[in-house]
Amino acid sequence: MAKKISILIVDDEISVRDSLYNWFIEDGYHVACAENAKTALSIIENEAFDIVLADIKMPGMDGLEMLRRIKLLKSDSIIIVMTAFATVETAVQALKDGAFDYITKPFDPDDLSHLIRNASKQIALSEENENLKQKVVALENVEDLIGNSDTMKRVLKEIESVAQSNSSVVITGESGTGKELVARAIHSNSTRRFFPLVSVHCGALSESLLESELFGHEKGAFTGAMYNRKGRFEMADNGTIFLDEIATISTKMQIDLLRVLESKSFVRVGGNKEISSDFRVICATNRDLKSMVENGTFREDLFYRLNVVNINVPPLRERAEDIPMLVEYFIRKYCLSMNRPPVTIDQSALNRLEEFSFPGNVRELENMIERAIVVGNGRKITLKDLPLEKSMISSSIESLDDLEKTHIRNILNKYAWNISRASRALKVDRVTLYNKISKYGLKPSE
Amino acid sequence: MKSRQHIVLISFGYFDNDFLKDVAEAVKKEFCCEVSMKEGHLDLSEYFDPVRRQYNGSRLLNHIDEKFTSDTSKTLGLFSVDLYIPILTYIFGQAFLNGRAGIASDYRLSNVRYGIAADEQLLLDRFRKEIIHELGHTFGLIHCHIPACVMRSGTYVEDIDQKEESFCPACREKVNHVLA
Repeated sequence: MAKKISILIVDDEISVRDSLYNWFIEDGYHVACAENAKTALSIIENEAFDIVLADIKMPGMDGLEMLRRIKLLKSDSIIIVMTAFATVETAVQALKDGAFDYITKPFDPDDLSHLIRNASKQIALSEENENLKQKVVALENVEDLIGNSDTMKRVLKEIESVAQSNSSVVITGESGTGKELVARAIHSNSTRRFFPLVSVHCGALSESLLESELFGHEKGAFTGAMYNRKGRFEMADNGTIFLDEIATISTKMQIDLLRVLESKSFVRVGGNKEISSDFRVICATNRDLKSMVENGTFREDLFYRLNVVNINVPPLRERAEDIPMLVEYFIRKYCLSMNRPPVTIDQSALNRLEEFSFPGNVRELENMIERAIVVGNGRKITLKDLPLEKSMISSSIESLDDLEKTHIRNILNKYAWNISRASRALKVDRVTLYNKISKYGLKPSE
Repeated sequence: MKSRQHIVLISFGYFDNDFLKDVAEAVKKEFCCEVSMKEGHLDLSEYFDPVRRQYNGSRLLNHIDEKFTSDTSKTLGLFSVDLYIPILTYIFGQAFLNGRAGIASDYRLSNVRYGIAADEQLLLDRFRKEIIHELGHTFGLIHCHIPACVMRSGTYVEDIDQKEESFCPACREKVNHVLA
């Protein structure tokens, strides 16, 4: 169903307000009136209107000044100015200040209907444009999910089945494995695909910034809040919100997030109006949320609310058979974007890539190929174009003990010091692992 | 379906009797309720704006609502004068949405106003549609996007000619709901 357009009429003459009010409600619009600019501004601060129809000549603040102030509050507002005293100067000034159109009183009924229809079309187009932009970004990245290995096939199958539901999803996996691509693929295959996919990198923002980013804020809510701003939850209405690095959020944010997920409504920072939004949540983390719940750093109730479905994206070293396909894909991608003829890769270089551990996963491989194309300058990619040695084993390691110590520490960190899982990965029993930890003096903080 | 709701059409000014009977029949058929005709008397000069040389529709509507209505009826004043509201150059009619009163005028519905030869049948057709349209508003109907529905908004007489004088199924259902 089409969204109901809301109109605010601002005029000091009651007969004008009443006439327009009756005219617009007969057309099915949501209409409110204000008798002066001051009242109009206070109404707009509490409620967003799609169209503002304002008289220019009013006692106190005039229509042009009000127009400028509304534009400060909401820059994309559609404001139509009207006056009984039309001059070219005021019309030009109004349009310069960002008015959508200008109309002289009294208007022809047909002109008014056309004006409102055009403004409504503009609103619909802006919203459609925003949604399409988000969709293009989503689609651009989906094709990056490359792989024919059994583990990747499993991930793709999980994406397909979870996309059709509305359940919350937690995507786990090491850094660089493509968790965001999985989130985009879920969104692009879901019924919400025509609405935005809004991504928030929780780890990159402080608690207060994250709060404002997620819930939005009202003008003046804090120093620097010069405009009303929609939050990410509001922007994700009918779509999907992707919360990356969910494990990094503070305890307070965990409580706030839980409340929003339960009620699907929230209040902007510095505001008092409850805003509802229909969104699906997908989270990603490279940490073990379950162990964080066990050690009390992540709320259990939030964990269960988020972790309805879990998709684990395998590290690249566990799907080395996908490397040739990925290499071919990245070569094609970067040659095209750099406007270069397609290059090939030397078989020995490809073999070395397949043996490499890739601690930075697919992201590291992608960067390596991009770099090789840049430095190779159109030549076949060879081993010397690939910075493999630097990321392999540290040159300071000489003894077998050093090598064992480093490997055990990496595995323990990988499984967040879950001894059972680490011992399974190392294929030793728990007692042996404890003995090794004690022997090398390993600690969780390392 | 018969309803307790009652529609009163009050003519202000001269209207041909057959013309009024025809209008009453059409309204009765469309709303399926009792329709009565009355003759009203008003000093229209009080509503005349000498600058615009038109009659203030907003004030007329308020007057009809205050003096001629009851809670169990929908009342529509029929006029033959050029109506306006302060913000618009003219109106064919107007009504209180979900209210008790409305007004309609045949002044701008006549071909003569547009330099075309008079067509009495066309004028009657247009006026019937306008009356049913304004009464529809008093029953809570907003403008309809269905081209043939009588509740389709019309700012030119040609728009009125394009639509039928009956409700689309969705608008009819809403009217029936109010009448039930």
